[in-house]
Amino acid sequence: MVLQVDGLNKSFGDKAVLKDVSFQLNTGEILAIIGPSGAGKTTILRCINGLEKSDKGTIKIDGAYLCRDHNNKITYATSEEMKFIRKRIGLVFQNYNLFPHMSVMENIIEAPINAFGIPKVEAEDKALELLNIMGLTDKRDSYPFELSGGQKQRVAIARACALNPKIMCLDEPTSALDPELREGIANIIEDLAKDNMGVLIITHDMAFAERVAHKIIFMEDGKIIKEDSKDDFFNNLKDERIKRFIT
Amino acid sequence: MFGYIYTLLPAMIDGLITTLKVFFITLILSIPLGILVSIGRLSKIKLISKTTELYIWVMRGTPLMLQIVFVFFGLPIIGITFDRFTAVLIAFILNYAAYFGEIFRGGMESIDKGQYEAAKVLGLTPYKTFIRIILPQMFKMVLPSIANEVITLVKDTSLVYIVGIGELLRAGKIASNRDVSLIPLAMVGIIYLLLTAIFTGIFNKTERRYSYYE
Repeated sequence: MVLQVDGLNKSFGDKAVLKDVSFQLNTGEILAIIGPSGAGKTTILRCINGLEKSDKGTIKIDGAYLCRDHNNKITYATSEEMKFIRKRIGLVFQNYNLFPHMSVMENIIEAPINAFGIPKVEAEDKALELLNIMGLTDKRDSYPFELSGGQKQRVAIARACALNPKIMCLDEPTSALDPELREGIANIIEDLAKDNMGVLIITHDMAFAERVAHKIIFMEDGKIIKEDSKDDFFNNLKDERIKRFIT
Repeated sequence: MFGYIYTLLPAMIDGLITTLKVFFITLILSIPLGILVSIGRLSKIKLISKTTELYIWVMRGTPLMLQIVFVFFGLPIIGITFDRFTAVLIAFILNYAAYFGEIFRGGMESIDKGQYEAAKVLGLTPYKTFIRIILPQMFKMVLPSIANEVITLVKDTSLVYIVGIGELLRAGKIASNRDVSLIPLAMVGIIYLLLTAIFTGIFNKTERRYSYYE
């Protein structure tokens, strides 16, 4: 088990956005969290990636606690522990957030070199390998504004993969993609999982979740309504709320 | 007439050198200070952000001339004395740092929050994020406003005559009074125009250099 979330709670002001959310992600597994907007999907992703502090609950990433409940008080990872955690989890933002002033290559090697002190040659070798997998070798010296949406996304994935994380998170990976590119990103996600990563996808694209995920979690109003393997999830749609969302 | 212009040159050049000294020293010191001011202004610590706000208000809300007079003629009354040149520089640097600070603040605030978040999840420290991600993007964004301030600074240097420093404008005025001629003043004007043309050119070039990305 590479990611474990247990009893996660988060409020913004007096509005509870996450209510006792618990789930697990295994190595090699693709998990899709689906649900209407405002269900709390993105907040989960932000908590797991340390962009938002949860109020209560435990998040364990590859054996290290990002936060944990201890005597009813939540404690967070120290900055040293955070560094370990950052290396093990990657996030691909919905709008990619590439660094516009850096070339594709510079985007990918920035963190390995300047956050983790990896030698430049080594970082570049890894980046070239990733660009090769993504089919972007000829774009290494391009700038983000010169790339199409799909290319930007693959650069963002390469950047997030540069430190060999154990978990890869993707926020709405199909939202900005032309339909014909969906199969390509599905294949890339499957390859990541085969490469022994746990992949967590946030989406409200049901067809895409059905195409790529092994396991599906349906959320509404900050709660997990249903968690099941993909086949069981789609074969057994009894819950009215889920049916309403899907149809 | 060219003979006359030629005789004016040594005094003009002397004046120009002083003008350029004030200009460059102010620029070199007020830009880094301006970055600090913008960071202070954006600080989450109330005391720091409020103090910085007060400083910016005073510096932008009173004439630079008054600030020069205050530092050189005012402070000695309470026992703080500077020589002319230092006094002028203190006033200029503090004044321009306030303006630059506000420009940088605007630049920093216009950078997408996603850039900070991307840097954070990649493990970059806040310091590295600022130096490597935010600052370069901010510079591109604020370049036109900085160019404006720099042109203003070229002309503001003429204010130092108030403490009796012989800069370009003063050199022209002395010659004009002495010879009852318009030529020295016209020369001064032309030299200012040349200076602003040069700096405009430099900034245009810099903007082009930063246009490799959008």
